[in-house]
Amino acid sequence: MANTQHATTQHYYVPSSTIWPFIGSVGLALLVLGIIRMLNQQGGTILLFMGIATLIYMLYGWFGEVIRESESRTYTRWEDRSFRIGMSWFIFSEVMFFAAFFGALFYARHLSVPWLGGAGEEANTHEWLWNSFSAVWPTNGPANVGGSFEAMPAWGLPTLNTIILLTSGVTVTWAHHSLKIGNRQNLIYGLAMTVALGFLFVGLQMIEYSHAYHEMNLTLKSGIYGSTFYLLTGFHGMHVTLGAIMLTVILVRSMKGHFTASNHFGFEAAAWYWHFVDVVWLILFVFVYWL
Amino acid sequence: MNAQAVHVDHDDHDHGPPNSGMRWITTTNHKDIGTLYLLFSLLMFFVGGLMALIIRAELFKPGLQLVNPDFFNQMTTMHALVMIFLAVMPAFVGLANWMIPIMIGAPDMALPRMNNWSFWILPFASVILISTLFVNGGAPAGGWTMYPPLVLQTGASFPMLIFAVHLLGISSIMGSINIIATIMNMRAPGMTYMKMPLFVWTWFITAYLLIATMPVLAGAVTMLLTDKYFGTSFFSAAGGGDPVMFQHIFWFFGHPEVYILILPAFGIVSQIIPTFARKPLFGYSSMVYATASIAFLSFIVWAHHMFTVGLAVEAELFFMFATMLIAVPTGVKVFNWVATMWKGSMTFETPMLFAIGFVVMFTIGGFSGVMLAMTPVDFQYHDTYFVVAHFHYVLVPGAVFAIMAAVYYWLPKWTGHMYNDKLGRIHFWISAVFVNILFFPQHFLGLAGMPRRIPDYSVQFADFNMISSIGAFGFGFSQLLFAYIVISTIRKGKQATDIVWEGAKGLEWTLSSPPPYHSFSVQPVIK
Repeated sequence: MANTQHATTQHYYVPSSTIWPFIGSVGLALLVLGIIRMLNQQGGTILLFMGIATLIYMLYGWFGEVIRESESRTYTRWEDRSFRIGMSWFIFSEVMFFAAFFGALFYARHLSVPWLGGAGEEANTHEWLWNSFSAVWPTNGPANVGGSFEAMPAWGLPTLNTIILLTSGVTVTWAHHSLKIGNRQNLIYGLAMTVALGFLFVGLQMIEYSHAYHEMNLTLKSGIYGSTFYLLTGFHGMHVTLGAIMLTVILVRSMKGHFTASNHFGFEAAAWYWHFVDVVWLILFVFVYWL
Repeated sequence: MNAQAVHVDHDDHDHGPPNSGMRWITTTNHKDIGTLYLLFSLLMFFVGGLMALIIRAELFKPGLQLVNPDFFNQMTTMHALVMIFLAVMPAFVGLANWMIPIMIGAPDMALPRMNNWSFWILPFASVILISTLFVNGGAPAGGWTMYPPLVLQTGASFPMLIFAVHLLGISSIMGSINIIATIMNMRAPGMTYMKMPLFVWTWFITAYLLIATMPVLAGAVTMLLTDKYFGTSFFSAAGGGDPVMFQHIFWFFGHPEVYILILPAFGIVSQIIPTFARKPLFGYSSMVYATASIAFLSFIVWAHHMFTVGLAVEAELFFMFATMLIAVPTGVKVFNWVATMWKGSMTFETPMLFAIGFVVMFTIGGFSGVMLAMTPVDFQYHDTYFVVAHFHYVLVPGAVFAIMAAVYYWLPKWTGHMYNDKLGRIHFWISAVFVNILFFPQHFLGLAGMPRRIPDYSVQFADFNMISSIGAFGFGFSQLLFAYIVISTIRKGKQATDIVWEGAKGLEWTLSSPPPYHSFSVQPVIK
């Protein structure tokens, strides 16, 4: 029942105090207040930039502290496991964020658009409001919201982007493998290629958006197709950007000689995140562009 | 389950809290952060309560007398948002912070810096949310469920609402990740999953519900934001979208959210009843499985909030039966609590009174829930005071009573001071009487057809409304006694013993009262 033995003399590292989270909260508050004021057309740009600057300062300081602790071997396998669990479930929460938008896409394609076209038992909307509307995807709805548009074809830039992201998944794995066998040169090459491919992807995505806006009249206002297209690809693009920034930090750290074959969770966290954006893209490519 | 260990000698580098004015801002200590969460929640409980009293004052008599209808709608909306996101959820997270590490023999939460961030986002988010009352056009008034197209008519407070929800979501997600990492990684040697105290188990499962659903809410409100400001058509039929789609996405979050608000309460009651019945919890493993079943079912019942929107018949049948199924694991829990008390050597200190009050009155709310689950019946009850009575029974004498039970149970441990149990018992009895005067008549109002969220009503509803409002004021003012007891116990009181309650079992009672600033720096071994 009771036991006086100590199972372990191991100590879990509990940092004594920290100012970074509070600065982060101030930064987040300034950021959203800036956006709120911009949306209400009351200025807000200065607040927005102050918020962004505060957040960058916070990230720099907070991660800097963690990196110093990591490099001075403050963390053991025990703390490492907490970081792994934390990162895994953070990625899971991101998956659920995308699930909301994929849910909206599937709902529109399989339920709301067919209903507007007269499918189902209670299709009064079709009969009374828009009886000339026929349900085909892609659509901007029965009111032709945003005017006629062209849908984004899958076999062009999006295919190239798919190849780019898949290749970057290979290069980051190659970098990981090189790190594990102690080949720092190849680790740096692999990471540099991954980062370059990541930013190339984002650049091509911008070209695609520009093309869509200027030549295809495909905008955020193009009904449900434009809404789902831009929010899914847009949030994905933001995540790719974030992932590429994370990998850039890892690249710089690798060049400074951080990480060892056995201790490199920072690398792995960024790589996990990268694979996550990769998988989201594949689902996106199939359901947004292709089918 | 009988996680017991003798008082482990605390190692000598057990520093007290830093003596600096920055202590509460920079703390990474789970006890400090738990205290911050709990005090914040107490404050918000009164803010939300004040809004409720404005609602009940207006409804005291038929006709419009105190506030204009738009302000009334702002009150119903803000009361819900404040109580759910700023009072009940932070209270549970505060309890998790305080108790989970010392219940599983951990030195602290797994990610102490992030723990600080989870809390400190809250005050900023709440200032943004509450300050909507003072902007042009007033606070959001379309209901906490934020249904479009109505919510899209909100004025300058609209983006404040959306971003406050985003910040609260970020806070909850980080808090849950921390709880999961703590439970998975920080348990004392020998504390297997099936030996964890039930409060830890219920929070473990709740944390998964939070990480799975808060991002979905974030997605839903983002779509509202782009629909209003960037011309998207998610919730507009003209563009091929559907306003009902919002309800589906919202309730995919919203129904698990209901269980987020009650599962930790189940855990608390499962800790308290065995202590005062002086018997081990009846059916420990069935409690764990029942909690997990409820959590799983919560993901496949969301459309029971939408029976009247015009769902396909197949969908209504599916969601009706899936919803009724929840009564099975919930019933398992209620019977287990009753069986724990059966032939126990019971005493009725304040925490036990609140716990028993919870079991009885939560069950009333559970039964009205089964009534609402029946689709054809719901056609009559939908958006009436019957629904209001139902969810207030599960949330006030349910979740809130459980939080109060937890405070009365662990307050002597936290502060090292024993409160006046007689005052606590008085607080229980006046709360229990008034809460029933407040909410029970609302069942009758709903069955008679009184709609919710309306500032005026037909004269035949007058008597029950007056009774309900009297109950509301009685209940509201009774809580001042709660605040008095809590604050005076923090300041002074008879020294509490380590075990506090005669029948208490578990690691938290092996620590001194109050526990050292850093406890279990060396983990105990659980046999």
